[in-house]
Amino acid sequence: MKIIQKVGLIIFLIGLSIFTASIFTGSFNLTQTELDTFISEKGYKSEILKEELSKAIVTGESLNIFQFSAKVRNAFKTSNNHYDALISKYNSEKNWTEKGKQYQYKISGKPHSLSYALAKKSGKGFIKENQGLAWFLTFGLGIIGALMFIVPNVIILGPSGIKNDGVFLEAATNRGWIGWFAFIFLVTFYILLYFKPDLIVNWVYLVDPISIFISKKAASQWFLYGFLYCVVMTVMAVRMYIKYRHNKYQILRTTSVLFFQIVFAFLIPEILVRFEKPWYDFKNAFPLDYDFFFKWNLNELLANGTFGLFILIWGVILTIVVVPVMVYFFGKRWYCSWVCGCGGLAETLGDPYRQLSSKTLLSWRVERIVIHSVLIFVLVMTGFALYTFFSGASELIGIKTQIIQDIYGFLIGSIFAGVIGTGFYPIFGNRVWCRFGCPLAAYLGFIQRFKSRFRITTNGGQCISCGNCSTYCEQGIDVRSYAQKGENIVRSSCVGCGICSAVCPRGVLKLENGPENGRINPTEILLGNDVDLMNFLNKK
Amino acid sequence: MEHIVIIGNGISGVTAARHIRKKSDKKITLVSAETKYFFSRTALMYIYMGHMKFEHTQPYENWFWDKNKIDLKEGFVNKINTDKKTLEFKDTSTLTYDKLIIATGSKPNKFGWPGQDLKGVMGMYHKQDLENLEKYAPNNKKCKRAVIVGGGLIGIELAEMLRSRNIPVTFLVREASFWNGVLPAQESEMINKHIKEHHIDLRLSTNLKEIKSDENGHVKSVILEETGEEILCNVVGLTAGVSPNIDFIKESKIDTKRGVLVNRFLETNMNDVYAIGDCAEQHEAIGQRRNIEAVWYTGRMMGETLAQTICGNKTEYKPGHWFNSAKFLDIEYQTYGWVFSERNKKDNEVYFQWQHPKDNKCITISYDTNSNLFLGINTFGIRMRHEIFDKWLTEKKSVEYVLEYLADANFDPEFYKLHEAEIVTKFNKEKGKNIQLKKKSWKRIFSKDV
Repeated sequence: MKIIQKVGLIIFLIGLSIFTASIFTGSFNLTQTELDTFISEKGYKSEILKEELSKAIVTGESLNIFQFSAKVRNAFKTSNNHYDALISKYNSEKNWTEKGKQYQYKISGKPHSLSYALAKKSGKGFIKENQGLAWFLTFGLGIIGALMFIVPNVIILGPSGIKNDGVFLEAATNRGWIGWFAFIFLVTFYILLYFKPDLIVNWVYLVDPISIFISKKAASQWFLYGFLYCVVMTVMAVRMYIKYRHNKYQILRTTSVLFFQIVFAFLIPEILVRFEKPWYDFKNAFPLDYDFFFKWNLNELLANGTFGLFILIWGVILTIVVVPVMVYFFGKRWYCSWVCGCGGLAETLGDPYRQLSSKTLLSWRVERIVIHSVLIFVLVMTGFALYTFFSGASELIGIKTQIIQDIYGFLIGSIFAGVIGTGFYPIFGNRVWCRFGCPLAAYLGFIQRFKSRFRITTNGGQCISCGNCSTYCEQGIDVRSYAQKGENIVRSSCVGCGICSAVCPRGVLKLENGPENGRINPTEILLGNDVDLMNFLNKK
Repeated sequence: MEHIVIIGNGISGVTAARHIRKKSDKKITLVSAETKYFFSRTALMYIYMGHMKFEHTQPYENWFWDKNKIDLKEGFVNKINTDKKTLEFKDTSTLTYDKLIIATGSKPNKFGWPGQDLKGVMGMYHKQDLENLEKYAPNNKKCKRAVIVGGGLIGIELAEMLRSRNIPVTFLVREASFWNGVLPAQESEMINKHIKEHHIDLRLSTNLKEIKSDENGHVKSVILEETGEEILCNVVGLTAGVSPNIDFIKESKIDTKRGVLVNRFLETNMNDVYAIGDCAEQHEAIGQRRNIEAVWYTGRMMGETLAQTICGNKTEYKPGHWFNSAKFLDIEYQTYGWVFSERNKKDNEVYFQWQHPKDNKCITISYDTNSNLFLGINTFGIRMRHEIFDKWLTEKKSVEYVLEYLADANFDPEFYKLHEAEIVTKFNKEKGKNIQLKKKSWKRIFSKDV
């Protein structure tokens, strides 16, 4: 069994290495016709851009993606600089007509996006030409290797039960060198995905056939991300099934997040695209889905007739009715650890890192400040967005809506949710985003704390303060501090993953939905000690 | 300001300190020779197994003590001078008290086995024992086999610890079946089987004769009493129970027997000196309890009670219904009320037992054969609600009532397979009754009126 695991690990690492190395392969250049078609499709009017791009990438030279990207970005900048210079020149001459004319020549968007769009059209080489084989050598080997590493645990782990042996003795799960390596890998991945998609265009080729099969369209970097997300979650869900095979709550929960990710977050949106409908994830609730009320999104939905309107209404109902009502009955877990995609990744890929979250009082303070700031940020931004949508004005009290949206998208949407939220799994635990950043979690948290039937019941006086519950709480809740006092755990941040209950060696904790009355139960003397309680009550 | 000095920062001493602080602004000093900060002794095993780090076993962050003005003194008390109300420490420093609480806990038993002080022989009680184990049994290359002597709760935990690092373990148990002085045969046998499932070499009805040394004063092997067999090993764990850790008190004027003798108010014979936790010995047993109770929960309860007395509300130690819990490798165990083993039960106590055909789950309900009064339950692999059983015991419910409402008591995680129906069916069949299992009711579960 150990041998199978070792071979699996080697196969996985080979797959990962080929995947990583594939970035550096292939050559990129365009013919003049291809470039002209591209430019006219995009409607770029800048002659400078056309000229510069022709010089740079219409070439017999075999450029790798890095050279290609640099050249395209250079052309982008040269063109925009040229027209910026003209704009300021006409500005100083007070020649408003000429100045106004120049704006049409400016290229909008990001240099890396232009580079990505061109690279996607122009790649040649092994990956592009052997997509099936290349898929097998990367994704295929990765999946096979990972499963060979995971599945033998059915036997190796011995009888079913809590198996956390060695978690704090191993480099992968205790911030050792493997953890730091994983951290660097994940952070780099997210930076490339969000900010330099052109550099990973070879990865996008890998999933082109799958994308065409589902949506009839070639893949984008977001399709790649969605597909990779599903693959990683599926493989790591197998690990969950084995690790918690004695625990039906964990099995069902894992199945649920996996289902919602694959069907709701991946397949349905892609199929919608196939039928020329807007890409929409029906479970992604505002304000996690922060651009739902952005002008472009509302316009797109309204342009899509009844179906668009249906999405619009569903999106609103989801946030103001479905989400709070469900939280009242079941706690925020129904969303955060049964449905949500971010939660889904955290509960599968992130499970090996759950013990790394900080439990200090200080981190709880920071958590409350940061997560509620993000909630305020998203609400203010949405206020601006709606004002812009209804009034048509692009700014309010001198602040441009677009700028607020860009700042949120960059700082919260990309850096916080992606780079930090997932990239920092191996260092700060698997729920960094959900705990410190997610505005939806903050909103659900209020309901869970003040108006819900959900609680984690503490079983009388059975707690022995061992600390397993707190250690394995991914949200950094000091569960023990409640359990050892005989108090139920009612905390806004609890996502109801159920691991505290699973790891408890004395059967002290149970997640349950019951009457609101008596849900929060501070106790003076723990059950088991017959100190005269009437005496106590009379004194108070 | 009155100065309360507490010797021992385990669960008893710390609970007393916390509750005294809640009710008063007396000066409190916690004395410990083991560690500066309180940790959960029951969690030591998880550090070796890698489930946790030492810091995780500390229920309070380090700033807690300062913030709550509980002084921590590290030191080993050599002598208590009750005339001068002074403690004398090993490093010759002294500390005077107005009230003294002795909460020094236990130490592992050693029964005078030859070789019991060799290198590589250890108990599993103190933090220092854990450090020793890490030294002598870091992996299965350095420790090719470990022998554990004594089949109790600590013994099986030590076996689990060593197995987590794939160290071969031989487990010597004096009894004919694991812990059968406490557990009914059904449960004891299930645990025997489970121990073997974990590849532990379980030797029942086996005693240690001597521990042999190599040329460096290190354990080389053990010799068995019954067969004379020699088992080569590098580590020997002595886990044959614990006894009060009170050697330093024997010279003082405080009365001791096995433990520090206390009355129901946890007072010793000396004024302003109290004892709580594992080291306290009641003059007379409370109910069916033992005079010395080395259990986490009783230590905590004594701390809660004594804090009342110290703060002017003189309170008798009145432990409620007995409860306890443990985990045997993968099998969780809880008990509420009294279930005695076949060896120790009285004639009026009879069992109703149920066991799952495949899984490691079983229950034993003990009841009075004359009155059908429910006496207690042992539950293995099924979690049950403490509050419900406490209430039923107080209300003196019958065994029929307990079975009828058993679904209310279930505390397993949601979606777990429930076995109450099978249990009730078996009861009806065996006892010729016709009990209909009631559906779980939130209203009953959470109703507070007793």
